[in-house]
Amino acid sequence: MSKELPVIKVDQVNELEHAVVDGIDISGHWNRMFSQRAISDYPTEAMDWVTSLAGGESLRDCYQCGKCVPVCPVQHVGDYGPRKLNAKVLRGNNLLDDPDLWLCTTCGNCYRVCPKEVDPLRIMPAIREQAVLEGKIPDELSDVFRNLQKSGNPMGESPRKRIDWVAEAGVDVPVISQLGRPVDVLWYVSDYTSYHPRGKDAARAMARVLTALGVDFAILGPEERSDGDSARLAGESGLFELLAEQNIKAFSKYEFQRLVVMDPHAYNAFKNHYPRLGWAGEVLHYTQFLAPLVDDIEFRSSVELDVTYHDPCYLGRNNGEYDAPRRLLQAIPGIRLVEMPHTKSNGYCCGGGGGGMWLDGFVADHVSERLSERRVREAVATVGMDGSGVLSVACPYEPSRFEDAVKSTGNDGRLDVRDIVELIDQAMQPSGS
Amino acid sequence: MDYVVLLKQVPDLAEELEIDSAGTGLDREWMSYVASEWDEYALEEALQLREANGGTVTCLALGVATGDVDEVLATCLARGADRVVKVGSFDESPDSHAAAAAFAEALEPIPHDLILTGVQAIDDLDGQVGPLLAARRGMPHLSVVTHIAVSGDGRSVTAHQEYAGGVVGEFEVDLPAVLGVQSSREAPRYAPVSRVRQLLKTATIETVDVAGGGPRSGLVVESMSVPETGAAAEMIAGNAQAIAERIAELLAERGITGGAAR
Amino acid sequence: MSGDILVVVEHRDGVILDTTHELLGGAAKLAAAGGGDVVAVLLGSGLAGLAGSLDGASRAIIVDDPGLDAFSPSSYLAALVPLVRERAPDLVLVANSGPGMDVAAGLSAALDLPLAAYVTDITLDGGSPLVTCQLYAGKIQAAVRFEGGRGIATVVAGSFAPTAAGVSPTTETVPAASTDARIRFRGLHRPEAGDVDITREAVLVSVGRGIGEQDNIELVEALAAAVGGAVSSSRPIADSGWLPRTRQVGKSGLKVKPKVYLALGISGAPEHLEGMRGAELIIAVNTDPRAPIFSVAHYGAVADLLDVVPALTARLGG
Repeated sequence: MSKELPVIKVDQVNELEHAVVDGIDISGHWNRMFSQRAISDYPTEAMDWVTSLAGGESLRDCYQCGKCVPVCPVQHVGDYGPRKLNAKVLRGNNLLDDPDLWLCTTCGNCYRVCPKEVDPLRIMPAIREQAVLEGKIPDELSDVFRNLQKSGNPMGESPRKRIDWVAEAGVDVPVISQLGRPVDVLWYVSDYTSYHPRGKDAARAMARVLTALGVDFAILGPEERSDGDSARLAGESGLFELLAEQNIKAFSKYEFQRLVVMDPHAYNAFKNHYPRLGWAGEVLHYTQFLAPLVDDIEFRSSVELDVTYHDPCYLGRNNGEYDAPRRLLQAIPGIRLVEMPHTKSNGYCCGGGGGGMWLDGFVADHVSERLSERRVREAVATVGMDGSGVLSVACPYEPSRFEDAVKSTGNDGRLDVRDIVELIDQAMQPSGS
Repeated sequence: MDYVVLLKQVPDLAEELEIDSAGTGLDREWMSYVASEWDEYALEEALQLREANGGTVTCLALGVATGDVDEVLATCLARGADRVVKVGSFDESPDSHAAAAAFAEALEPIPHDLILTGVQAIDDLDGQVGPLLAARRGMPHLSVVTHIAVSGDGRSVTAHQEYAGGVVGEFEVDLPAVLGVQSSREAPRYAPVSRVRQLLKTATIETVDVAGGGPRSGLVVESMSVPETGAAAEMIAGNAQAIAERIAELLAERGITGGAAR
Repeated sequence: MSGDILVVVEHRDGVILDTTHELLGGAAKLAAAGGGDVVAVLLGSGLAGLAGSLDGASRAIIVDDPGLDAFSPSSYLAALVPLVRERAPDLVLVANSGPGMDVAAGLSAALDLPLAAYVTDITLDGGSPLVTCQLYAGKIQAAVRFEGGRGIATVVAGSFAPTAAGVSPTTETVPAASTDARIRFRGLHRPEAGDVDITREAVLVSVGRGIGEQDNIELVEALAAAVGGAVSSSRPIADSGWLPRTRQVGKSGLKVKPKVYLALGISGAPEHLEGMRGAELIIAVNTDPRAPIFSVAHYGAVADLLDVVPALTARLGG
C-alpha cells in the first residue's frame, strides 16, 4: 500500500452573503460551502488489496448506510463495527497491524441486515489469512493453532483422552472402529464436549438420551479431529484443510447414514465446507436429530424451571435453525420458556465464534465487557430476577463462556447454564434422582 | 554469517508415557512427536540474528523414521530458514553421542560460523548434542545461553549463561562455536499450516548420508520406570470447596489462619 | 569400583557452590562403600584457600592458573581433559548446571568416557556404579550402567546431602596442562532487587502454567494476601513477563525453603523441584493426577486451581 499520499488539494470555497432562491432569502450556515470533492482523493490501494483476496470482494460494496451498527455485538461494547472497518480501508489503513482485525466474531448479524450483502464471514478469513502468513497474529491464537495441528483439539490434549468421558456415561458408547459394522448415526462429539468438564456432562447426557431412544449410533473416538471451523475463520485455512483431510479420511472408512453433531461450528464446517473438500454426507445438529423423535422420549419427571434459550450464531442465524431447539425445550415437562429481547435471527453473540473463543485476553483490551457477560446480563434480566433461571444452550462453546460470565458479572446463584440435552436427560430421570 | 541450527523431535508429553514390554525403553505405540522446545528457541534466535546481521540460516535434522522429520524441516523453511538438510537414516532417534557424530560429519561441507541448538532435550540420557558436537569438531561451546549478539567484526559473539538465583555470566566466544540456547528473545514465530503443507510438496529437502558405526553413548539401560507419583503426597478428595476446607485446616495447624496482615 | 571418584568443584565469587558440597557428600558415601578416594578438582587462580572447605574429599587437586581466574568452558576443558586422562578416575561427578553440562560433555567426547545425565542417585551394584537418571521432564526414570564400569555423571541439584565430617582434604597444586581462551568471561550480572525477597517469605503461593491467563494472577495475589504470604512462580510465568523474574523459583531462579509452599498449576519439572523441594509443607493442586509435583508434595489435590483458589481465599476470609 502506497505511502505517497497526494497533497490535500485546497478545496475551493464558495461563499454567498445572502442565499437567495426564487426571490426568497434562505440564508443559513450553507452560505459557505466547499466545492465538490472526488472520492478517489483517497488512495485506493488498500481497498483494491482487500477486494483482490478471494472472499474479500464484497467489502467495496458498503455504502456506509449504518444498518450494521446497532446489530453488531462488538459495537455494543466497544469501538469496533463493520461499517468502521470499511471506512478504515477506504482511507488506506492497513488492517494487518490493526487489532480491529481480530474483534469480529463472524456472528453474521451485519450480513443479515446489509442491503449490499457485505459479508465479513468471507472477508475476515481472507484478510486474516494474510495476517497469519505474515506472522501477525495474537499469541493466544497461534498457541491454539499449534495445539490443533499437533493434537487435533484446541487444548493440546492427547487424542486418546478424547473418550475419557465415556467411562462415566452409564451406558455403552461404541467406538465405530471397534464395532466393525455400519451404523445409522455417526455421532461426532467435538472438542469441548469431549474434553471440557461441562462438555463431558452434555456428552454423557446425550449418550443416555440416544440409548433411551434406541438409536443405532457410534462415535469415532480418538480418530475424531477438530472441525477446525473457527480456525478457518481466524485465518488458518491450511489448518482447516489439514483437519478436514484427517476427518474425511476417518469418515470414509466407515458406513453410516448420517452424521449428528453437538457443535454448530462442526455443523457449519461439515455441511457448508466439506463438500468442496470431498465429503458430502447428511449432517444434522443434535437438536435437529432429536426434535422429530421428541414424542418418543419418555419423560419421568417435571423440570420446573424458567428457561431462556440462546441461539448459537452458527446454528441459528448462519444456518437457519431456530425451531428444533425450541421444540425440544417446549416438550420437556415443567419448562417455562421465555425469550430474551435479542432472539432468533437477532440473537446476541457469545463472543466465541471466528476465533473469539481463543482471543478473550486480547479482546478484553478493546471492549468494556465481554460479549458473553453482556448476554448473561440479558439472560438474568429475562429469567433470573427472582431466584434461579436457566440459560439453555446448544453449542459446546457456551457452557464455559457463560458460566465464567455468570461468575464475573456477580450473578452466581441467579442463573444456571445448561445444554438442552442436559435438561432432556434430567427430565428422563425419575423425580428426586 | 552462516548460522546452522540443529533440531530434533521428542515424544509429546501430552501423551502418557508408557514403558515397553522389555522394560528398558518407551512403548512407541501411542507416542506422538513434537519438535524439541529448546531447538525451536535456537531456530528463532538464528532467524533474529540473521535479520539483524544478515547471513544464512541452515537447519539440520537427523533422518529418523519415527515422527515426521520432513515436517520439522518444512516448518523451518516456513519460518524463514534458507536451507534444510536431512542427515543420515535412522530407525529411531540415536543417542546424543551418535547424533553428534552424524552432525559432525554432515557439517564438513556446510559453511558454519555459529551453530545453535537447544540447550537440552527431554530425552538426553547421555548428555546434550551441542557440547558433544562441539568437542568432536574442536569448537568452543557455551550452554544455557540467552542474549546472543554478534561482534562488530563478526569473529566472535557475546552471550549470557544463566546460573541459579537469576545470576547471569556474560561471555565472549570466538567463532566458529556452538551455543546451547535456553530461550529466544521472541517466542518462536508461527508457521502457517498452508505454507508448511505447500513447502512439503514443493521444497527441496537435501539429504546427506553419514557413515554408520562410530561412537555411541556407552550406557546400558537396565530398566526404565515411571516414578511413583502421588505416592508421597496424601491426596485430598472432594470438590473445590472440600479441598479449600482441608487446605485451610492444614494451614491452621501451622499457625496460618488467614486474614493476616503482612 | 576401586578407583577414585573425581568431583569437579564449582565456585563463584570466591564461594564454593552448594551443589559441589552435595556432590562431595554423595561421593564420600560411595567411596566409603566401594573403596577409592574422593578427589576434588578445584580450578582457579589464587584460590587454594578454598580447598579447606571441600568436606568429603580426601584429596584436592588445585589447578592454579591465571587463565582460570573465572569459569570458562574452554579454559576449564583445556585443563581438565589432560588431568582426567592422566588420573583415570572410575567416576567423575559434575553438577547439572550450565558449566557442568559444558564440562561433562567435553570430557566425555575427548576421553571416550560414557556420560549419564540428569542423575538423581548413584549406588554401587556388584562393585560398579548404577546411576538413576531422570528423563522426560521427570516423568520417567532410568537405571543405567556404564559399559566398562567407568563414566561421568551430571547430577541434579538436591540429589545428595553434603557431608559434615569436618575433615579437610590433603592438597596438591598443579598448573593447567593447557589453556584455551576462545571463551572469555566478561562479568556477572545480578538481577535487580525486587519488591519482595521470596527466599525470606514463610508462605509462598506459587503459580505455574495452570494459571491460564495473565488476568488470573490477581486471584492468586488475593490468596497470597489472605494467607499473609507472597506470590512466586515457575519459569514459564516469569518468561512471559506475568511476574518479575525475582519471583521465579527453580534451577535458574531462586531456591526457597518456606514453611508452606502452595504449588498451584505447577507440573513439577525437575528444574522447578530443585528450587523448592526443601519446603516444610508442600501442597500441590494440579489437574493432572500424574504431575511429578505430587511426588514431592506432602498433600495434593487433583483439581483446577481456578476453582480452588477463590474458594480458599473466601474460606480464609480474604
